[in-house]
Amino acid sequence: MRAVWIVFCKEFLENLRDRRTLFSALLFGPLFGPILFGAIVSRMLEQNSLESDQALHLTISGGEQVPGLVQFLTGQGVILKRVGYSESGARAAVQSGVTPVIVLVPAEYAERFTQGKPAPLLLIADSSDSQARKDTERTRALLGAYGSRIAQLRLTIRGVDPLVAQPVAVNEVDVATPTGRAVVILGFMTYFVLFAVLMGGLYLAIDTTAGERERGSLEALLSLPVARASIVGGKILATSAYMCISLSITLSAFVCVLRFVPLERLGMSANLGPGTALEFFGICLPFVPLGAALMSFVASFARSYREAQTYLTTVLLVPTLPIAFASIYSLKTKSSLMVIPSLSQHLLMTSVLKEQPPAAIDVWVSAGTSLVLAALFTALTARLWRRDTMLV
Amino acid sequence: MIEARRLCKHFGAVSAVEDLSFSARDGAITGLLGPNGAGKSTCLRMVYGVLTPDAGSACVDGIDIAGETSAARTRLGILPHAAGLYGNLTARENIAYFGRLHGVAAGLVRARTDELAAALGMEDFIDRRTKGFSQGQRLKTALARALVHGPRNLVLDEPTNGLDVMAIRALREMLLRLKAQGQCILLSSHVLQEVAVLCDRVVIIGHGRVLADDTPGALRARSSASTLEQAFLEVLGEEAGVR
Repeated sequence: MRAVWIVFCKEFLENLRDRRTLFSALLFGPLFGPILFGAIVSRMLEQNSLESDQALHLTISGGEQVPGLVQFLTGQGVILKRVGYSESGARAAVQSGVTPVIVLVPAEYAERFTQGKPAPLLLIADSSDSQARKDTERTRALLGAYGSRIAQLRLTIRGVDPLVAQPVAVNEVDVATPTGRAVVILGFMTYFVLFAVLMGGLYLAIDTTAGERERGSLEALLSLPVARASIVGGKILATSAYMCISLSITLSAFVCVLRFVPLERLGMSANLGPGTALEFFGICLPFVPLGAALMSFVASFARSYREAQTYLTTVLLVPTLPIAFASIYSLKTKSSLMVIPSLSQHLLMTSVLKEQPPAAIDVWVSAGTSLVLAALFTALTARLWRRDTMLV
Repeated sequence: MIEARRLCKHFGAVSAVEDLSFSARDGAITGLLGPNGAGKSTCLRMVYGVLTPDAGSACVDGIDIAGETSAARTRLGILPHAAGLYGNLTARENIAYFGRLHGVAAGLVRARTDELAAALGMEDFIDRRTKGFSQGQRLKTALARALVHGPRNLVLDEPTNGLDVMAIRALREMLLRLKAQGQCILLSSHVLQEVAVLCDRVVIIGHGRVLADDTPGALRARSSASTLEQAFLEVLGEEAGVR
């Protein structure tokens, strides 16, 4: 135990003196996420609120045939631009991006409309353009509303109660809490947290293993009367310590950034105060030694710093995979999922954000599996270090 | 006292060391001499126990390195071929790290470091970070690091590689002083002159075997050669002829 402590102190001190590494591990890694996150979310929110306020600009071709529709749209606050395109001309105009959406009234419209037959309207848009897609949706909704108004009038004229044509009245009840809605946006924050945890220990994990080899200090170290497990243990502990610091910084930064993000404007509240941040810290803590042991294990295979960096960029991606799966299949918190590190931390943090306190058993299973795996990777690293090939 | 008994080591199909035996006495400097790739480093690595021999054993003061690794290593000071330092630590911190891991109390480590710094002429740079040290300063630091726990036996793998004349001279003086104190010193080298000047006994190694084991004088006398260089080439030549 004494040797573990000596190795820990030395590695901690040595890393503390490396300004460049420290900058990357404790500033770039943990702050990059929160700042980027804050910027993206603010931008998203701004854009969202702008669009619903703004009037819809719509281009209509052949509008002189449909005075009723034109009157209806203008009444709904749509700003109409009237043009005279042929069908191919309209297609070309949308394709070239001159105008995002065109409503084209074909020549036979008026005739079929007076006969009471479905009158055709062409809605020409480019669905690969996300801005145009929103305009298309709004246009479609308006045209639908116009259609049902005409239908109601026709039924009334024929002496039929228009309600006959409405057999079902659907009322949506959204039970999502304000914080629940925010979770969709805050969901990918958990990835930034886990990323910052790993970044905090990345350089030390490399420096204490492959770095030791590259600078030629490994052989002297291995010829000391100290168990290899103690050396490896001290190194992994030092890496874990920096990961904890990085985790604290990133969580504090998230708490600060979210104060400035106007989530309330969308009727959401970000439930991320200092208390929640502490809970997050507790949830992520067992992931710290696992990440440290895994990175040290992988880096121990490398002959040089550069080689280790190549290997570890892959390791940095590992925690994304379960989280990506979780979002694709929209997984809910289940006890069986708590055995997967990174995913379990993601799900637990999401629960806390939703103000649904996770079950104690889930917390224990998540922490337990992460710690067992951490012990396993530490043992594997120690075993690797006992082999002759460490020096060859 | 360091003894190697019938050491063997293979790396895959390549035989690095084959049935190698020798001993290094207390109060004497023993040199392992051989061309590059002769198996000197492999042999020394088995002696200080970072490589496991396929067969044979090595003892330090009669303690088997494989059986009681820690006890044997406590009696050993080691200067490996690659004696890298931690650049962000000062020379003193580098030395203290090893001393503490050897189980020496912090106060004693400090006192020993001061003694060694005085003996090796390190006072000017002992509290500077080792990043940017000259080869000579690095060697002195590594040597102090190997001696901080007061071992009775010292193993050095090619210690003069890349050193300038001044540094070699300082090293030589230090080794002679340790020898006078009754220490057992085992070093490897491929530089003849160095071995001739310094060693009391020379073990010539070629292709992982001992080709000759004698005093420099006796080696010269044994062959018709008047210089050790010629004797060395003759010994290696005999071996080449046998093959």
